[in-house]
Amino acid sequence: MAQAHSHSHSHDHGHHDQESLKQFGFWLFMITDVILFATLFATFIVLRDNTASGPVGADLIEMNGIIISTFILLTSSFTSGLALLSMNKGDKRGLILWLAVSALLGLSFIYLEVNEFIHLVHEGAKISTSAYWSAFYTLVGTHGLHVSIGIVWMTAIIIQLAKRGITPVTKRKVNIISLYWHFLDAVWIFVFSLVYLMEVM
Amino acid sequence: MLDTVKEFASEFFVTGDPLILGAQVSIALALVAIVFVLTYFKKWRWLWTEWLTTVDHKKIGIMYIICSILMLFRGGVDALLMRVQLAVPNLEFLHADHYNAIFTTHGVIMILFMAMPLMFGLFNIIVPLQLGARDVAFPFLNSLSFWLFFAGAMLFNLSFVIGGSPDAGWLAYPPLSGIEGSPGVGQDFYIWGIQISGIGSLASGINFVVTILKMRAPGMKLMKMPMFSWSVLASSVTIMFAFPILTVTLFLLFLDRYLGAHFFTVDAGGNPMMYLNLIWMWGHPEVYIVILPAFGIFSEVVATFSKKKIFGYKSMVFALMSISFFSFFTWAHHFFTMGSGANVNAFFAVTTMIIAIPTGVKVFNWLFTMYRGKLSFPTPMLWAVAFIPCFVVGGMTGVMLSVAPADFQFHNSYFLIAHFHQVLIGGVVFGYFAGLYYWWPKMFGFKLHEGLGKWAFWFWNIGFYVCFMPQYALGLMGMTRRFNEYNFDMGWQPLNVVSTVGAFLMGIAFIFQVWQIAHSIRFLKKDNSGDNWGQGRTLEWSTASPAPFYNFARIPQVVAQDDWWEKQQRRERGEAEPAEVAAAEAAPLEPIHMPKNSGIPIIMSGFWFLAGFGFVWDWKWMIVLGLAGVAVTMLARSFNYNDDYYVPVEEIERIEAAAARGAN
Repeated sequence: MAQAHSHSHSHDHGHHDQESLKQFGFWLFMITDVILFATLFATFIVLRDNTASGPVGADLIEMNGIIISTFILLTSSFTSGLALLSMNKGDKRGLILWLAVSALLGLSFIYLEVNEFIHLVHEGAKISTSAYWSAFYTLVGTHGLHVSIGIVWMTAIIIQLAKRGITPVTKRKVNIISLYWHFLDAVWIFVFSLVYLMEVM
Repeated sequence: MLDTVKEFASEFFVTGDPLILGAQVSIALALVAIVFVLTYFKKWRWLWTEWLTTVDHKKIGIMYIICSILMLFRGGVDALLMRVQLAVPNLEFLHADHYNAIFTTHGVIMILFMAMPLMFGLFNIIVPLQLGARDVAFPFLNSLSFWLFFAGAMLFNLSFVIGGSPDAGWLAYPPLSGIEGSPGVGQDFYIWGIQISGIGSLASGINFVVTILKMRAPGMKLMKMPMFSWSVLASSVTIMFAFPILTVTLFLLFLDRYLGAHFFTVDAGGNPMMYLNLIWMWGHPEVYIVILPAFGIFSEVVATFSKKKIFGYKSMVFALMSISFFSFFTWAHHFFTMGSGANVNAFFAVTTMIIAIPTGVKVFNWLFTMYRGKLSFPTPMLWAVAFIPCFVVGGMTGVMLSVAPADFQFHNSYFLIAHFHQVLIGGVVFGYFAGLYYWWPKMFGFKLHEGLGKWAFWFWNIGFYVCFMPQYALGLMGMTRRFNEYNFDMGWQPLNVVSTVGAFLMGIAFIFQVWQIAHSIRFLKKDNSGDNWGQGRTLEWSTASPAPFYNFARIPQVVAQDDWWEKQQRRERGEAEPAEVAAAEAAPLEPIHMPKNSGIPIIMSGFWFLAGFGFVWDWKWMIVLGLAGVAVTMLARSFNYNDDYYVPVEEIERIEAAAARGAN
């Protein structure tokens, strides 16, 4: 399998090909994830006016918190970029440090999101309140779930980096998690614009 | 205490139906028998190391095919029960509830748990061999896909004896499938059974796209790739774009039922019609996902048994890819009657008609391939030849259905039932049978008995027409689907009796096939030489049958489309091999890099099953346990760096020498 698509019968049976295959596979996975979010966005757009005479986002959402969490997530995307730069310089300590910073920023984003949800539920906007809120919680929550999974994943990679250092395998893993992290950032831009800015502003 | 146990059991198990009681007893007996046989012959370890933990694409393919044949049996029994009920007006055989459950499970099982695994089975066994690769791109993920499918299929089938089957139709339209329309757990089994196996299908789609784009043998340019692999690429790309929509749709339905959300409810702003749109945005591509590989199989079989290169290779590729593309723009033709307006209906009518064009191109290509070919008609070719007229009629009735104003009459009638069974049986089932017969010797090293195969073939074919042609007429006479009773004065009985007779002819055909397999194993004629039909065209025929676990001792160097056939021609003409081929064949053997077996896929899928079962019954501890197990097994995979090994040259030499002896 190692030399499957190489043009020469090289004697290098190492991991290089396998790693690039996995990276390509992850790009394809992200296409499927784009479709997943696209379906949720479409659902939200179809249902955004179906509020069943209940509260809407403009009544309850506090934009300051949303703007803060947006900046936190954007910053974490930036720090995960810094982690990649450290990796390419072979700086293991810097890599781990910046990955940890990214994960912590992600964690505070999730903390703010959970708080926001609790606040909204207190104000009487539950997932069962109306189609509007069903679509809202599902779209925003699915993004949050992705970020949460990313945090656990990033932590696992940090532990592996600490144990094994920068190898072709761990390098591929960092590349993939950083792709995923930037992707979630991009999705958030759309969530922020469509769900928050256009609803509230 | 005893009373609570009794109460629980009466809710947990399906009780009060002699048919289902019989099934419960036979399932229990079968389980005991399996455990006994495995223990008695001390086969547990063998089962675990050779099969359950395997990452070998050929073994995974065989497991897929075994499951799909079992599911074909169950779905077929469902069909026969329905046909018995409909043969006589007002028959008191299946009550409305039971009938609803049976047509629901028949549809789901035949599409998702019969056709899909049969398709993935053939993908798995053939694609890497055809590409000259040693495995798929991600063997571990491949095994996980299989076990997720298996967990989902078991969860779905369990509903039959535990909790009660889903009964809201195979696509579970709300509000009927919502919590008020279906308060029982059947619908939850439906959601989680399909959701879990759907994740596996999605992963398989990605896996085969990467395999085909990145793992082809040197020299095999895309436009030299065998047609079956092209069809797998078209199908896998379609999976990638369609299955996430299914995941979301089922998840939203789950939220409606579990958390009281309002996506598809009739109150609080929900919109049931949105479900129809979403489910068919997946559902329509889904039928192309299963038919495209069948087209690929026909292309291989027709070319092989005409001893000719496939006619119009480029137009075949173009047709496959354009069908895959247009399949995403036809979904609303499933509900022209929804009331979206003339312009929307016109758009979807036209896109639907457009799909007939590339399909027609393919039919002509198969005919022109046969034209002036050196034809022979072993069983795979019989299926391919029978497919063509059958699919043309099915396709033409599809074009009739695509005419939106006329569809207001055809909608939900038996005309529609006859149409989609004609394309699914005449297209998908005939196609996969052709593939199964054609590649059977490649999988197992022996051919299936031809005589019994011909009996099965004729029973299937005659049975098919006897069963479904009357249904077109019944549809035009006004008979609608999903009713378990009709009155004498409707005048539908004679044609319904004919249709039921046809269904039983197909049942007999299935028995012939089981007999055929048993007979061929009993009177085994081993033939390990690679090219079992003596006129194979593509790379899978260049290695032993069954192929060694590493597929190819040396990765082949490809120079032509139909590379293996061209090589035989050169040999016959006494020509020398091209320099790069000669060099590749003379190269010394090298250690082969292979993935190690892993128990994680089956264990992780077991936890998914637990989580699904927990969600069905809303047992929180089981949900937590299941999901935590999934997370832990994922991390275990991430932390495992010891997942591959090298096969030493001596072992390859030993296996190759043994294979050469076996072939002589």
